[in-house]
Amino acid sequence: MSGLVRPWSWAFAAAGLTYAATVALTGVQGAPGLLVATLTFASFSVLVGLGQMAVITLGPGNVDLSIPAVMTLAGTLSLKLMDGAAGTEAWGLLAALGIGLGAGAANYALILLLRIPPIIATLSASFMFQSLAVWSNRGLRIKPPDTLATFSTGATLGMPNLAWIALLAAAVFWVLIERSAYGRRLSAIGQNARAARLAGVPVEGVRAATYLLSAVMAALAGFWLACFSGGAALNMGAEYLLMSIAVVVIGGSSIAGGNSNVPGIWGAAMFMFLIVSMLNSYGLGAGVRLILTGAVIIAIVAAASGRRAAA
Amino acid sequence: MRRLDARLLLPVLSLALLLAAVFWVQPRAMSYTGLNLLFNLAVPIALATIAQMLVIMVDDIDLSIGTFVSFCACVTATVLHDSPLLGVLVLGAAVAVYAALGALIEARKLPAIVVTLGMSFVWAGLAVLMLPAPGGATPDWLRTLMTVKPPLLPMAILACVLLAVVSHLLVTRSALGTRLRAVGGNARSVARAGWSVVRLKAVAYGLAGVFGVLSGMALVGLATSADANIALRYTLLSIAGVILGGGEFTGGRVSPVGAVIGALTLTLAASFLSFLRLSPDWQIGAQGAILVLVLAARLLVRRRAVA
Repeated sequence: MSGLVRPWSWAFAAAGLTYAATVALTGVQGAPGLLVATLTFASFSVLVGLGQMAVITLGPGNVDLSIPAVMTLAGTLSLKLMDGAAGTEAWGLLAALGIGLGAGAANYALILLLRIPPIIATLSASFMFQSLAVWSNRGLRIKPPDTLATFSTGATLGMPNLAWIALLAAAVFWVLIERSAYGRRLSAIGQNARAARLAGVPVEGVRAATYLLSAVMAALAGFWLACFSGGAALNMGAEYLLMSIAVVVIGGSSIAGGNSNVPGIWGAAMFMFLIVSMLNSYGLGAGVRLILTGAVIIAIVAAASGRRAAA
Repeated sequence: MRRLDARLLLPVLSLALLLAAVFWVQPRAMSYTGLNLLFNLAVPIALATIAQMLVIMVDDIDLSIGTFVSFCACVTATVLHDSPLLGVLVLGAAVAVYAALGALIEARKLPAIVVTLGMSFVWAGLAVLMLPAPGGATPDWLRTLMTVKPPLLPMAILACVLLAVVSHLLVTRSALGTRLRAVGGNARSVARAGWSVVRLKAVAYGLAGVFGVLSGMALVGLATSADANIALRYTLLSIAGVILGGGEFTGGRVSPVGAVIGALTLTLAASFLSFLRLSPDWQIGAQGAILVLVLAARLLVRRRAVA
């Protein structure tokens, strides 16, 4: 992994190229606005992507399918609790984090107690989370408190506030994964769970922590997405299931586990937003846009694994 | 052989239990018409579940089957209806793409989960291009086939039994099926024995494509029209069906009969919940709870089998 070309630089290079191609078409006056939009929307993908990355690093079969449902549940319940009143912001955020912890614990309990594959466990749990959200929401649209609405759409030092939050989260994850005992254990389990267990790694503890982490990140993303878009909606998490997996893989983490990559998540999240806005500004319809997005994902994966085989 | 029976015991039991519960809540369902209504939608779901099972059998997973079935449904309701020959060509090309993907995934050692995720965007895009707004029409012969009323048993149940028998013969009894399961069990030993794993994976994916096409056609035959999002749920339903039917994610350990039963159980669970007059808010959640219950029962059965 040494040398000038880091594995995550590809995602950033792709994002840069897409940005340049879009600006070339729309003109320079749209460039700063596009950058702000990219940073804002990438933030949500980064938050869920970081959690999904930790889960995928656990090794084959580990993937969290409950992310959209947890986002929706945390968004609806926390907004309902705050009810748009001032002075309740901290409680709302705490409630969202608590919902994340609860959902993560439920996911992990199913995996541990029923010994079912995490895909099925998080899938069945997500059905129940979704039901809870539907029941608590009933089509109401509660506005977030003004302070939160202004904060989540505002910017500090020229960068959107949400991007600061996602950047901070990425920094925390980088320390956690690259510098802490937890990160070493996580990678060890992903590379060979049996060897890790024999070496004395507390495998179940690390797995539990990872599923909790993923659900908390999803809840955080759901909370901010609900504040940003002026209310929670029942399908607000839908596109983030595919997105969370896509940013992990495009960002250079190994889908087979054992090797994660925090900076790449940011590059991939910006790229995924930019590719859609580029195709939009070239005036392509929804169908062509979807086809090209899919083709790009496959091309990147094919190219990336070709590099690995050559190395 | 006895292990196979034990594997099938639980799916059969959960289906029987659920069916008994449905009859208890709604005795009128215990008739030809009632059964027909209960299991009507099971045919396309069972076909999609078999497609998913063929991919899981070779140690991969297909996240694009839902959008693929939607795409096939759109083709059936438009091109196949207007000019049958062209429609057959398009669907044949779609199967060829599936086979090519299988070969590509094996040849370049790509993660199937990501490639099929990417393909799910591609199929969704193609479906939107085919049918930007819900509509289209069912070819008459297909409508007749899906609504035929054979004596004794409803069409849906006959079709599912036929599907279970055909896929059982294909997967468990044929030489090809054995080779394909061996790819899931130990791909390296298959390669050492002189078989081309690339070609075998292409065959597995190609077969999955064929069942996906059939699922889309069956769906249009029942629904009489199509839209680009008609079968998005099938991705998750088909994975759940394979697991409910006793299949496992690795090692080529799958059961075609179990997969069909798993699909029937999932279809029935939805009907059961609507009979209970459960508030629609809780229906998805209850479906998740049923899934968890069946898997918990499976754990108990396995423990006893080990002891």
